[in-house]
Amino acid sequence: MPAAPHTFDTVPQVWPHRHLLDLERLTPGEIRLLLDTAAQLKEATAGCRRKLTILAGRTIVNLFFENSTRTRTSFSLAARRLGADVVEFSASGSSLSKGESFIDTAKNLEAMGIDAVVVRHSTPGTPHLLAQHLDVGVINAGDGAHEHPTQGLLDIFSIRERLGDISGATVGLVGDIAHSRTARSNVWGLLKLGAKVIVCGPPTLVSKRWEELGVEVSHNLDNIVPRCDVLNLLRIQFERQNTRPFPSVREYAHLYAMTGERLKRARKDLLILAPGPINRGVEVTADVADCPQSLILDQVTNGLAVRMATLWLTCGNRLPQMDQAGHAQPGLTAEGTL
Amino acid sequence: MKKTLLISGGRVIDPAQGIDRVADVWVRDGRILAITGGTGPGEPLPDSADETLAAAGLIVSPGLVDMHVHLREPGREEAETIATGTQAALAGGFTSVACIPNTEPPIDTQAAVEFVHQKAVRADTCNVFVVACVSRNREGKELAEIGQLVEAGAVAFSDDGAPVYDAELMRRAFEYCRMFDKPILAHEEVLELSRGGVMHEGLVSLVLGLTGMPAAAEEVMIGRDTALAESTDGRLHVMHVSTAGGVDLIRGAKARGVRVTAEACPHHFTLTDEALRGFDANCKMSPPLRTAADVEAIIAGIADGTIDCIATDHAPHAPETKMLELDRAPFGILGLETAVGLSVSRLIATGRIGWPRLIEALSTLPASILGIGRGTLRPGAPADITLIDPDLTWQVDVRSFRSKSVNSPFQGWTLRGRAVATIVAGRIKYRLA
Repeated sequence: MPAAPHTFDTVPQVWPHRHLLDLERLTPGEIRLLLDTAAQLKEATAGCRRKLTILAGRTIVNLFFENSTRTRTSFSLAARRLGADVVEFSASGSSLSKGESFIDTAKNLEAMGIDAVVVRHSTPGTPHLLAQHLDVGVINAGDGAHEHPTQGLLDIFSIRERLGDISGATVGLVGDIAHSRTARSNVWGLLKLGAKVIVCGPPTLVSKRWEELGVEVSHNLDNIVPRCDVLNLLRIQFERQNTRPFPSVREYAHLYAMTGERLKRARKDLLILAPGPINRGVEVTADVADCPQSLILDQVTNGLAVRMATLWLTCGNRLPQMDQAGHAQPGLTAEGTL
Repeated sequence: MKKTLLISGGRVIDPAQGIDRVADVWVRDGRILAITGGTGPGEPLPDSADETLAAAGLIVSPGLVDMHVHLREPGREEAETIATGTQAALAGGFTSVACIPNTEPPIDTQAAVEFVHQKAVRADTCNVFVVACVSRNREGKELAEIGQLVEAGAVAFSDDGAPVYDAELMRRAFEYCRMFDKPILAHEEVLELSRGGVMHEGLVSLVLGLTGMPAAAEEVMIGRDTALAESTDGRLHVMHVSTAGGVDLIRGAKARGVRVTAEACPHHFTLTDEALRGFDANCKMSPPLRTAADVEAIIAGIADGTIDCIATDHAPHAPETKMLELDRAPFGILGLETAVGLSVSRLIATGRIGWPRLIEALSTLPASILGIGRGTLRPGAPADITLIDPDLTWQVDVRSFRSKSVNSPFQGWTLRGRAVATIVAGRIKYRLA
């Protein structure tokens, strides 16, 4: 699967970005490059156990405005495996609680001579705003319900590792699609690589509008289980909901939990993913979470590989002429003149 | 010694009198003296004027009236003051503004109305008319002292920023205002439906993962208020209509004879929710930018008169508040200094409406809804006049704005049409350098 082994001297010129903000605006080729690079780094670090020095001298800041243990740890380890220094920055206990704006906070960190920020925030678009205001790399580690690009990549990486090629595969995303950044990053990545995507859940969590993006919408898990090659079971994001979108957890689990019973009607080689933290008994029962087709722990391992690839591609040595090209400048695009 | 001003050779448009012709406008002592070329005797004109403005190639319009402006004073003087906001109004071609009472404290007493009037006199810029609160302290619980506020000079009532939520209170307000013949300016929003929202609920909000404010949040409330206005024979003015469904509801209510008028904002007929893709807080306002279909319905509503007037909802915010994350940044954008350019670019240059209709929407009708005795060049009327260059193309630069704030999503846009002179009571208060 991976292309010719890479020496990791300089970042390939076909990768023009200094940021990783979302998967929506990456090309299929760029996504493949990320996945291939992750595979090479996974091998070069012996399954993430050996250290490299390809980011030696770089300083990466974990700027987390929202609680996270797994993603933060994964990014820290990924950076250290590549020889970078990592600074942890938590919103609580910082000047943010004293009323400083997040942009000012980030500019202060930038002034200390860092190379990239890995940012998590509860508001969509915050990494994009940072990318506009800072002159360092910005990596989105989850912005509200918008995107979580490295999670989408690691899900796709895990699928690709098993299936070889995901074009033509049918992937069902089940659960709280409305509030899930993982869902959005998965949808973009999967569509760009040619997979068929089904989103499944109650209409209060799964809008008909997904069809406008070329995604199939289903409200009946039993109907889609037999057709899927992969099921990705997403957590209910109680913290992002104004009013509860279903009558009870019990009823939700009855309709949408992936159970051993439902697994019997699936293809034998159905792959089960769950980005976690999983709520056993809500979106997935224990027998399914721990079944042989479950990739839940592979996902965690592969997360490290994908994050190493992301950090290297955005912060690694580049040829001089590439320096400006990668500045994605989101803003008013189509219009501007009347 | 009576002072005279001659505005010569412009295209004079006064929808109130059905005038649209090249003519001279004579002003004496702060009032319109005559428009030349008319029929009837009229007053003899002076041989020469004390001051002359050559207006060939320009539109000579009754002074523009913006009936929806947030001047922020008292309470938010870091964002705008009565002095700076009215300077911005003059630069935008407006000779009169109606200021909305969601200040801190809100304008709900005679003393507060008097404060605004005094500040406006001291600023000596454009006319400032006061919209006062419907409810005491804008809390939506009991009526403000509407009768005394009318005596103090309030021209209309509004709790804008928020809807009057209690339907019973709204009904009472319609009934009570009827005896003063004052309209209620309504911010139409069902708050439960838009709670936590930062933009229109649609495909773009779905993709961006931002909480949406559905069109139904506006439409349900317009439905309620048109029903209440109908049953009480009260006067409803729907502020900042943003949805196709809202336009339809107003069209239907008008057809039934309900006393309802409506306004639309330039940003709602210019931008769509696509603008939010850059996560720019300058594109965050309430009601939010909607879809292309809504934009089309609003333009059609302006063209057929369902939407009576264009108002800006000028909503200054200090820069630091707009540099926050999208969900923490406040709603609202500047409007006064881009209104004419956006209206000409979007409505005239595209052939959707003609100049007389635009002047009606920007002057005649807002003046008549508010009952302020302006919006016309009739002899004897106060000489509030705006000269507009219909073909001037110019680039928006917020750094040159007279407003104290810079929160405009139109920075850098090239627009067509701009006010080049603004005359209030016969005095030239603004000229484009």
